Amino acid sequence: MWRPSGAGKKTKGNGDYKYSVPTGLKDRLQKKQMAVSLKQLEPNEINVAGQPATFEIAHPVYSKLRSPLILGRKSNAEVTRDICQLLDPKPGRGWWISLSISFVLLAIGVVATVHTVTTGIGTWGLNRTVGWAFDITNFVFWIGIGHAGTFISAILFLFNQKWRTSVNRSAEAMTLIAVMCAGLFPIIHMGRPWLFYWVLPYPNTRGTLWVNFRSPLLWDFFAISTYFTISAVFWYLGLVPDLATARDRTKSKLRKALYRVMSLGWNGSNRTWSRYETVYTVLAALATPLVISVHSIVSFDFATSLIPGWHSTIFPPYFVAGAVFSGFAMVMTLMILVRRLMHLEDYITPQHLENMCKVALLTGSIVGLAYVTEIFTGFYSGNPNEIFVIINRGLGPYAWAYWIMFGCNALVSQLFWFRKLRTSIPAIFVISILINIGMWFERFVIIVTSLHRDFLPSSWAMYTPSITEVGLLVGSFGLFFTMFLIFLRIFPVISINEVKGVLGYAKH
Amino acid sequence: MPNIESAKRFTAAFFEREDDLIAGAAEARMAGFEVYDVYTPFPVHGMDRAVALPPSRLTWIALLAGALGLVFGLTLQVWTSAYDWPLNVGGKPFNSFPLFIPVAFELTVLFSGLIAIGVLFARNRMWLFSKRRVFERVTDDRFVLVLKQSDASFDIDKAVRLFSRHNVIKVVEGDQFV
Repeated sequence: MWRPSGAGKKTKGNGDYKYSVPTGLKDRLQKKQMAVSLKQLEPNEINVAGQPATFEIAHPVYSKLRSPLILGRKSNAEVTRDICQLLDPKPGRGWWISLSISFVLLAIGVVATVHTVTTGIGTWGLNRTVGWAFDITNFVFWIGIGHAGTFISAILFLFNQKWRTSVNRSAEAMTLIAVMCAGLFPIIHMGRPWLFYWVLPYPNTRGTLWVNFRSPLLWDFFAISTYFTISAVFWYLGLVPDLATARDRTKSKLRKALYRVMSLGWNGSNRTWSRYETVYTVLAALATPLVISVHSIVSFDFATSLIPGWHSTIFPPYFVAGAVFSGFAMVMTLMILVRRLMHLEDYITPQHLENMCKVALLTGSIVGLAYVTEIFTGFYSGNPNEIFVIINRGLGPYAWAYWIMFGCNALVSQLFWFRKLRTSIPAIFVISILINIGMWFERFVIIVTSLHRDFLPSSWAMYTPSITEVGLLVGSFGLFFTMFLIFLRIFPVISINEVKGVLGYAKH
Repeated sequence: MPNIESAKRFTAAFFEREDDLIAGAAEARMAGFEVYDVYTPFPVHGMDRAVALPPSRLTWIALLAGALGLVFGLTLQVWTSAYDWPLNVGGKPFNSFPLFIPVAFELTVLFSGLIAIGVLFARNRMWLFSKRRVFERVTDDRFVLVLKQSDASFDIDKAVRLFSRHNVIKVVEGDQFV
């Protein structure tokens, strides 16, 4: 049971238990009243004669079941101040150091990309047996990361989970950046990335040769580009009122101009809010099946083939659960860093992290169940190739990768059953990073172990990534963190208007 | 002396708490005042009912746009794959309808989302170079209720008395606020 700090004794009234107002709050209310009555009246203001502007604020009655989402008993003005003041001052040394490191990683990625494109895919460690390996692993990994943002902003919105308000803005930004990172890999893999627009069905000079709509690789293109577009629009729509707040507050001329253009003349009118909320709900309802469709379609790339270990109907739900799992792990890693570095402890509380841990626990358990089911169906199929793949995964040359995957995902996530670990921030940080590693290895295991033992033993091969491929992975992390750091400096990190709406969450 | 008949005059009441705003708005409407609009830093739930704002019809636009996307997606795929240039891909039928569902679904979502948000911006006249005025602190922590002084019978004193029962901070009169 949560009690406001410094709360007085229980008093019984109207059959309900009420807590008396904490003394700190009482003082603040009195100060506020004085401040208002001393306020200078403006020239064209009508004096409300004989009516001192006093506030009879009813004693807040705190719920016994709900603890407040935002700590520190913030007023609306304090929320505005707390979030907007992160934008104006010059970035500190920590930010510049982080940006420099990310930039170096990004530069490594640029060099690797240039090397790949100018020399060819032969710079990678692929061979005729293992035709997909590192870059498709990275692609699926980043797409998976990109699932948490829209899960938080759309699905949790429809389920009326108010705690999403503190994390949705940065989680959605993370989604957009992760999808950009993901999109780079198939485009680079094309070999002639400047012709990537050939996957679009547009009238062309090749007799209008249309694309093959029966191919899951094409579905991927449609799914990911739609997902990116709708997520971007959803994120921007949520940002508009906050950009207006930043516009009305910032002192910098450049920022004011930027925010003025981007806030589209937002003035907080209720008619606008009403339509805005309607469209926001519609977008959430559209994005919910979209989130599920994207990773389902990514899994079709594997499931519609005839490769043992891929050809399985369990793939869509298994991939979606894994995507949400890895996405939440990445959100937790980032949020722990952001709350610490930007002093947002009041906004991103252990309660938010605990809720995310619960989602990770659920999806991690689904992933663990999928691993076990895969083993079962492999043996149950009676197909010698399927059985061989299952045994080869657990005991073959890539068994180390399989057990990293199994340990980090299925087993480590079970630690979140313990409340002590769910509420300990260092523990969450370590576990979330282990999950990120485990989920990267999951994709590696699925792709490489199924391919490296072909139907013909004479084709059997091993796969080792080349330095160029490692450079591309490092570069994608560089791109991710560079863009995320820039996001932190330009846009309000926390949804100001949504947080104001949940300040009274614990009150009746 | 401004001509009351022709001048477009408004009264704006500033509140500090959303509960006061809702009560003030509802009471003003009951008392026969014409509520022009309400300006708030975040969506205040219950406000639409207090000022009798009908629900938005944008959901229908989104539905129609989604239907358009679905029809477009299916037509595009069936026409290109089965009529314009039929190609034999692994012996699959030219009109492989079930395989067209994923792309048709994505286009449904894409059309519905983009058109809904486009209509939202158009309907609210939100665009890049909008020069609309904004009430002081309304994007921060003030709640503003604007009444329209539709005719000479508008009683400012009555309005002020009404609002002062709801902890109004200040009441301002003006020609054109927004």
